[in-house]
Parts: sequence; C-alpha cells; structure tokens
Amino acid sequence: MIPLITGQAVAFWIFAVLAVAGALGMITCRKPVHSALCLAGMMVSLACIYAALDAPFLFVSQIIVYTGAVMMLFLFTMMIVGVDTTDSMIETIKGHRVASFLIAAGFGVMLVIGVVQGAVGGAAAGLEQANGAGNVQGIARIVFGPFLYPFLATSALIMIATMAAIVLSHGERLTPKQGQIERARARNEAFMATGADPGPMPAPGTYARKNSIDQPALLPDGSVAASSISPTLNVRGVAVVSNDGLRSAHRAAITRFVEDRDAIIGTNTAQAVAEELDDLAQAADDQLTTTGEGEQ
Amino acid sequence: MDPNAYLILSAILFTIGVVGFLTRRNALIAFMSAELMLNASNLAMVTFSHVTGNLYGQVGAFFVMVVAAAEVVVGLAIIMIIFKTRRSASVDDQSQLKY
Repeated sequence: MIPLITGQAVAFWIFAVLAVAGALGMITCRKPVHSALCLAGMMVSLACIYAALDAPFLFVSQIIVYTGAVMMLFLFTMMIVGVDTTDSMIETIKGHRVASFLIAAGFGVMLVIGVVQGAVGGAAAGLEQANGAGNVQGIARIVFGPFLYPFLATSALIMIATMAAIVLSHGERLTPKQGQIERARARNEAFMATGADPGPMPAPGTYARKNSIDQPALLPDGSVAASSISPTLNVRGVAVVSNDGLRSAHRAAITRFVEDRDAIIGTNTAQAVAEELDDLAQAADDQLTTTGEGEQ
Repeated sequence: MDPNAYLILSAILFTIGVVGFLTRRNALIAFMSAELMLNASNLAMVTFSHVTGNLYGQVGAFFVMVVAAAEVVVGLAIIMIIFKTRRSASVDDQSQLKY
C-alpha cells in the first residue's frame, strides 16, 4: 500500500511555506539586517527541502556555504556600509514599481505554465539506486570523474576571487605612518610649545573596592586626574565624573589629619582646608565637564 | 510527492528574487535577491536530480554554490569600494559611474 502522506510531502509543505515567507520578508523588510535574516531563514528551509530530496551533501553544504559563509559576508559588509540605512520608498522612475511587478508576474506565470505543461512527466525515479553507495561517494565519483577539469577550474576561480577581494578592498595609506620616533618628537614639540606633559597619561584609578577603567585616578590633593579617564567613556557618560564617593575617603583622611594637628599645636585651620578642598573638587569637576563637552 | 510542486516552488522563489532585484535600490538587497534566484535554480536542479535518478543535478547545484561564493566575495568588495568613495549603497546614486 502506498502511503498517502509521506515524510517528504510533510517536509515540503512546512519548509516551502517557510521559504516563501522568508523570501517575501527579504524583499519587503526595509532594514538590510532584517532582509539578511529572512534570507538566512529561507536558505535553511531550502536546505531542509534538500535533505528531504535525498541530497544530504547539499543539505550540509547549503548551510555551511550559504547561511554560514555568504550571509556572514553580507552581515560584515552591512556593518561597514551602515546597519541602519533604510531604503527610501520614493520612486525615482515613474511607474517603475508597477512595471517591475508586471514583468516579474509575467515571468513567474510563464515559468509555472511551463512546469505544469509537463516539464517533468510522471513520477520521480528517486535516488535510492544512485545513493546506494552513499550520496557523498556518488557525488565525488562524478566531481572527480567527468567533472574533474571544471572542478579544478573552480579552484582557480576561488583563488582569483580572493585576490580580487584583496585588491579591491585594499586602501592606500594617504599619510605616512606615525612611528615611535615621530610620536616622541611630536610630544616633545608639544612640551616646548605649550608645556604639555610629555610623559604617559596616568592610569585609571585602582581602589580597594573598584578596579575599573571608568574610575578616575586621584591627584595628591584629592582632585580627579582628568586625563586618566578615556575621553570616549567620558563622552558616553559612563565614567565616574562626580566622584564624591571616591573623594570622601581622601577628604576624611585629610580632615582628620588637620583636626589632629589643630588639636596638638592649637591652631584652627580645619575650616580653611575644607574650603580649599571644595574649591579643588569644583575645579576638577569643571575640567572634566569641559573636556567631555570638547570631545563631543 | 509530485516533482512539479518543487519546480513551482522554485519558480515562485525565482520570481520573488526578480521582484526584489527590480524594486529594491539598496545594492546589498539587490545582491541578496540575486542570491535568492541562484538558490531557486539550485532547488530546480536538485529536483531534476531526484526525478532523473542520477546525481548530475546535485553536482550542478554544488558548482552553482561554489561560483556563487566567489561571486559574493567580488560583488561585496565592489559594493564596499563604491560605498567608500560615494558614501552610499543605493544603486540610484551610481548612475554617475558612466561619466
């Protein structure tokens, strides 16, 4: 008895619907990333249809080559070209879209009529016999037999494509590269001209409870070393700019020291020192704010 | 399973690829539509392999995959270099290439 519904038919109807949905999503999504994801889903559906059609080698190579390599290349190019570019939906040529749909519909109807009128007559022969010694072995017997020279030519093709990609995407350097000597000279010139510190920038703060690049280093007077934080973090607002929590421990130590000194030698400088510390903290915060705005 | 169903699915996918190639103006999406058409033709070849009972169709689909991979490498490199010089991936803006 011939079963009415085969596993092949079930796979076809599930994955055919998914493939058509993916293809339609690919051409209707306005963001390129969504289009790429829809196309990847459509390719995986096609791979599953291949598996149902007794083509396990193509099932695997479809997933590896198309969804693995080709779509990754598309996504990387999208990252360079701009992920969030959306197509404008304004027609630049009048009637272009209608004409395109008409042409495509006519083409599709022609194809379907051609198929229905008997491109394939009768039932499929099936691949049980051809896959008898294994699908991969059968394909290898053809690729390395009658198709040996075309197969060798594809290796040359891939080599040429690789070289073409390198040549096309290689950018010429417009300015000479800054080496260590040039950078040292530039730092010395800046020191001579403006008095900028030629030494390395201070490292970010490392404290008992925090060890992170967004924590500023503190100068000996307790103020923030503005150059110890990455300007990028500062612009993003990630860095700790108003660092009262960091400064308070430092201030507490200084205040304790000044109070003890006052008590021992009988002076009264605690108030003045506290005001001076406030001024320093204010100045450091101002400097951080201005550098943050300047980077933007 | 009637092999014509696979061929009609292939025709539908190819037609959707044609529509995408003709209507979308982002060069990347037009290129993806071309990939969709290649996939549709691959499906037809695998179906023919299934119909005729030998593996030549599958070998053809394999060659199409190899050539498509090489084509994608070069095509995306061209899109990137055009984007570098013109800051745009829209095919409308490339009409000045003829001048």
